[in-house]
Amino acid sequence: MTAGRPPGPRLVAGLAITAVLAAVALVALAWTPEPPTRMAILFKLRPPLAHGLLGTDAFGRDVLSMLMAGARNSLGVALAAVALGGSAGTLLGVGVAARRGLVDGLVMRGCDVAFAFPPIVSAMMLGALLGPGRATATLAIALFMVPVFARVSRGAALQVWSRDYVLAARGAGRGALAISLDHVLPNIAGQLVVQATIQLGLAVLTEAGLSFLGLGAPPPEPSWGRMLADAQTYMVRAPWLAVAPGATIALAVLGFNLLGDGLRDRLDPRRSPGR
Amino acid sequence: MRVIKGIVGGLALAAALSWGAVAAQARDDVVLGLSIEPSGLDPTVAAPVAIGQVTWQNLFEGLVRIDRDGRIVPQLARSWTISPDGRTYTFALQTGVRFHDGEPFDSASARFSLDRARGAASTNPQKQFFGVIDAVETPDAATLVVRLREPAGNLLYWLGWPASVMVAPASAAADRVTPVGTGPFRFASWTKGDRVVLERNPSYWDAARVPPLSRLTFRFIGDPQAQVAALQSGGVDAFPELSAPELFGPFKADPRFAAVVGSTDLKVVAGMNDARKPFDDPRVRRALMMAVDRATLIEGAQSGLGQPIGSHYAPNDPGYIDLTGVLPFDPARAKALLAEAGHADGLSFTIKVPQMPYAAHTAEVLQAMFADIGVTMTIVPTEFPAKWVAEVFKDHDFDMTVVAHAEPLDIGIYARPDYYFGYRNPAFDRTIAEAERTTDAGARLALYGTAQRMLAEDVPALYLYVLPKLGVWNAKLEGLWVNEPIPSNDLTQVRWRE
Repeated sequence: MTAGRPPGPRLVAGLAITAVLAAVALVALAWTPEPPTRMAILFKLRPPLAHGLLGTDAFGRDVLSMLMAGARNSLGVALAAVALGGSAGTLLGVGVAARRGLVDGLVMRGCDVAFAFPPIVSAMMLGALLGPGRATATLAIALFMVPVFARVSRGAALQVWSRDYVLAARGAGRGALAISLDHVLPNIAGQLVVQATIQLGLAVLTEAGLSFLGLGAPPPEPSWGRMLADAQTYMVRAPWLAVAPGATIALAVLGFNLLGDGLRDRLDPRRSPGR
Repeated sequence: MRVIKGIVGGLALAAALSWGAVAAQARDDVVLGLSIEPSGLDPTVAAPVAIGQVTWQNLFEGLVRIDRDGRIVPQLARSWTISPDGRTYTFALQTGVRFHDGEPFDSASARFSLDRARGAASTNPQKQFFGVIDAVETPDAATLVVRLREPAGNLLYWLGWPASVMVAPASAAADRVTPVGTGPFRFASWTKGDRVVLERNPSYWDAARVPPLSRLTFRFIGDPQAQVAALQSGGVDAFPELSAPELFGPFKADPRFAAVVGSTDLKVVAGMNDARKPFDDPRVRRALMMAVDRATLIEGAQSGLGQPIGSHYAPNDPGYIDLTGVLPFDPARAKALLAEAGHADGLSFTIKVPQMPYAAHTAEVLQAMFADIGVTMTIVPTEFPAKWVAEVFKDHDFDMTVVAHAEPLDIGIYARPDYYFGYRNPAFDRTIAEAERTTDAGARLALYGTAQRMLAEDVPALYLYVLPKLGVWNAKLEGLWVNEPIPSNDLTQVRWRE
């Protein structure tokens, strides 16, 4: 890793896209061109520019405003899920790396089992138990993130544990908790940030899938996935209804993936600088 | 050589084409698409209309039937006489009729069917129809005498319903999964989640009505996009009720299909739990009704296809009066009414919404309209029929719901003590009871008019609109019903045009 290297094109593009989306989501907290839930049925199915920048949907709601408010919801759920699943997974991974032994084996086999469930399936089970909603979607995605982060952090932590300075610290009588906090976590933070960024893209996609299936935030809260689901039957008459949220989801996932890749080039010690 | 080859090729092609044409003409089966799968196949034990939409007339028959124009015509009862006091009906039954399993149909099986429908253990969805019956007698095998407690002007009409079909004593208990009737088609198979297949009954009793088709397949496709794809690909020959009005337009322009708008009795109403606060206060219900702009609702939820209603009565039923003006759209008055009822700061409740597109769209528009008068309505999705029937219909665990009531002339449901609306109004109950006693058609319809007015004033449910029957089928298919005087798919006279 070379500190003074200028940021690569992927990092720049990823940063730009995610910054714009985050800005839009923040702006939507305070302002959207129209109230995103207000129906104006007289003006339904107007094409882009004829009524609002991106036209109106079947109920005459402004598509741009819905996309903006949807950014707030979709990114909010994705961030919360990654934060929740990431911290739980990291705790688990770093913890078992310090302990090893039977617990380690059990947790890792548990992760293998958890990996076998696609997030959509676990979300549907959770939805049946808790009732569909934003909290259910967040929890389902977070549950899916736990084994991902547990594996990554355990692997990285084990590497740190074999370093000489850790051996020295142990020799000096420091406990496992102190070593994990002082040496392990700071050294694996870069890898975790990269992982979190990439998982954010996946979380956005999963959230869209869940709300497409009606397992996300209930109406009237706009969400990208449900906009896409509602657009289905209007594909011929009003293609912009599907294109707008579809393109936005694709853009968000692309942005997070580019950002993650760019960050990996800079932060991940396993990568050679010139890759 | 080349010329000969061309001729031979051309001949082969022509032969193939004409053979194809012959094969198309020779089709004697039809694949019909329905959006909801029935929960069982016995229309006499459960409420979902999808059961009758598969089995009624095709598999099960009644003493009388309702034809495509809504008239009552004889079926298993050849003829009948009514005593002057209107309390004794004597039916002369068809002879030589056998159920699909060979059991003969006679007055004993007819008596069994009626007694089973009105018995204490009956779960018949229209059980109250049979409550008026005092005794059923069988003087001989071809005569059935039904004695009533009081005259019932609608008895013959009720006997034509899917819930009143004749079943056999030996097989009735298993009719839910392996139905046995007297109809022109018998049960072949049921692949859960996919299709029900019926095949021609080779020993059908009515020589005059032997069906042209030999095989009926009912496929269950809930997703509107998939419905359209199935029609376009030819996987389904007909969708008598397409569930997405926004997808109906393109079929009208396509010569391969007949796209027909018919009338139905599907009254879309947003039922409220009138036994629960705040809906026990009629002012709250009236306020909610006045928050609804029906024309806009129909435009938004149904692409403008639908007819507004002001009471629980369909415009194509006799005795209909237009009551949409009783509680007209007036958000200012709605707000004032809410304030008067003590909800000046607004109100919040949930609506349980089944998965059908009309219901989901209607709920979303209602949500926006209620928001304008300060009412927060949270949409809770539910699944029809199983989950909805258990939660809303049976357990009454809901604030508001929205569903289409399919049965014609079913205004009497508001007089049932345990019905899901929880509506209690003794004056209404008396009016309905009197209407059902009255044999004179004019006087009866006047009483139904009074009942309609009471509901329009009291709004135990929000009366929204009547769904059209958006039928799409292969243009070569004929004999399908255009209108729906009773929820059904009578395919007995459907044929492919040569």
